[in-house]
Amino acid sequence: MTVDLAVKKPNWFSRLANPGQFLAWSKAWILPLSILTALLFAAGLYLALFDSPPDYQMGETVRIMYIHVPNAWLSQFVYAVMAAASIGTLVWRHPLADVAAKSAAPLGAVFTGLALFSGSLWGRPTWGTFWEWDGRMTSTLILFLIYLGIIALWRAFEDQGRAGRVIAVFTLVGALDIPVVKWSVDWWNTLHQPASISLMGSEHMPPSMLIPLLVMTLAFTALFVTLHIVRIRTEIFRRRAETLERQAAASLG
Amino acid sequence: MTGFLALIGRDLKLATRVGSDALTLVLFFVMVGVIVPFAIGPDSATLSRLAPGIIWIAAFLSMLLGLDRLFRADDEDGSLLLFRHAGLPLEMIVVAKVIAHWLLTALPLIVASPVLAILLAMDFPAWEKTVVSLLLGTPGLVALGTIGAAVTVSLKRGGLIAPVLIMPLSIPILIFGTGAIAEASPEGLSKAALLFLAAISLVTLVLAPFAAALALRLAED
Repeated sequence: MTVDLAVKKPNWFSRLANPGQFLAWSKAWILPLSILTALLFAAGLYLALFDSPPDYQMGETVRIMYIHVPNAWLSQFVYAVMAAASIGTLVWRHPLADVAAKSAAPLGAVFTGLALFSGSLWGRPTWGTFWEWDGRMTSTLILFLIYLGIIALWRAFEDQGRAGRVIAVFTLVGALDIPVVKWSVDWWNTLHQPASISLMGSEHMPPSMLIPLLVMTLAFTALFVTLHIVRIRTEIFRRRAETLERQAAASLG
Repeated sequence: MTGFLALIGRDLKLATRVGSDALTLVLFFVMVGVIVPFAIGPDSATLSRLAPGIIWIAAFLSMLLGLDRLFRADDEDGSLLLFRHAGLPLEMIVVAKVIAHWLLTALPLIVASPVLAILLAMDFPAWEKTVVSLLLGTPGLVALGTIGAAVTVSLKRGGLIAPVLIMPLSIPILIFGTGAIAEASPEGLSKAALLFLAAISLVTLVLAPFAAALALRLAED
């Protein structure tokens, strides 16, 4: 029996676990991603604001949708990213997973806040109210509160390694709210209209509105990916600076 | 099993000795109910309509305030470290903590609820329903609370964070808890809310100890 002693080159995912490797790998991505985001936003905003028809019922206010739906989608998507990162922390102890989870939380809170805000602005002219305790609004608000709780928890811990593991548990417990948000419009048939986009045949929306919406959703998602990578890099640099400070303090004393 | 019972006995004994705040929580619960009539006016028709909600909010707040006691003292005197290496799995220790904590915080509130019922001009059937919904809902609240307490146990100043974390998660308990006693809801609907409340409590009682034990383990190593 022969034992293969040659060290196998780790795959790219494992190599990313090394913060230095990640910094080198991600540096090349920031500029292309930023340009892609800017182009998508330029195209999406033109399509949404000038090149799409007003709704036959809602008129021009339908254009709020092109901001509202992407933010609402990201409020759930970012939480899913955080939950996946938490599994990475707990199962594989991936060193970058807790950094990714930490950097995603404020982004998710902002997108959720924007979804609530734009939805409230949209609700005033169409439903005649800024706020109603309807299933989807309530569950999105709860999601927003969970995001804020997680941010508060990150700020409360001094030891970030321990914080990452403990918060991962809480993030996964909080993930129970995501399916509630997702299916709330089907469970409680109250004020909020059901999903306009579905994978199985989207007959609810003409292509003249669907295409701008999809471009805007892609633009916001690209914005999230870009900001997330930048924030992960910032967090790695911050931790390195902290280590250097500690080393400097130790060598002085 | 003897260790399990001994643990519950220990917590109950500790709570009846000097320096415990189980009675303070009951006092807080009653005081929240006393304050409400000053805030919204002593009109008994309004009060009796709002009473179930007020009692639930008062119970909710005092349960959340008591969360910090769950693991804090055990962490400070080192018993938590011993629990982790005990023959009893940490999950069962959390269950024992849930039972002891429920007996110490939720049961006194339910016993004190007639006082609030009189002060808030509740009639007897409404009070009866409130007690049933509190009996069904509070175990779930305590079980969820263990997650918040376990996550924040290693924080020196975690007193306020645990309630902030747990409050959004326990909103369903509040919804079904008050849904079961709302005067307007028809008989069948309030029964469904009670069943839902019982289901939520049972599921959280089973699953929360695992999450809490995991958080307790991860917080230390």
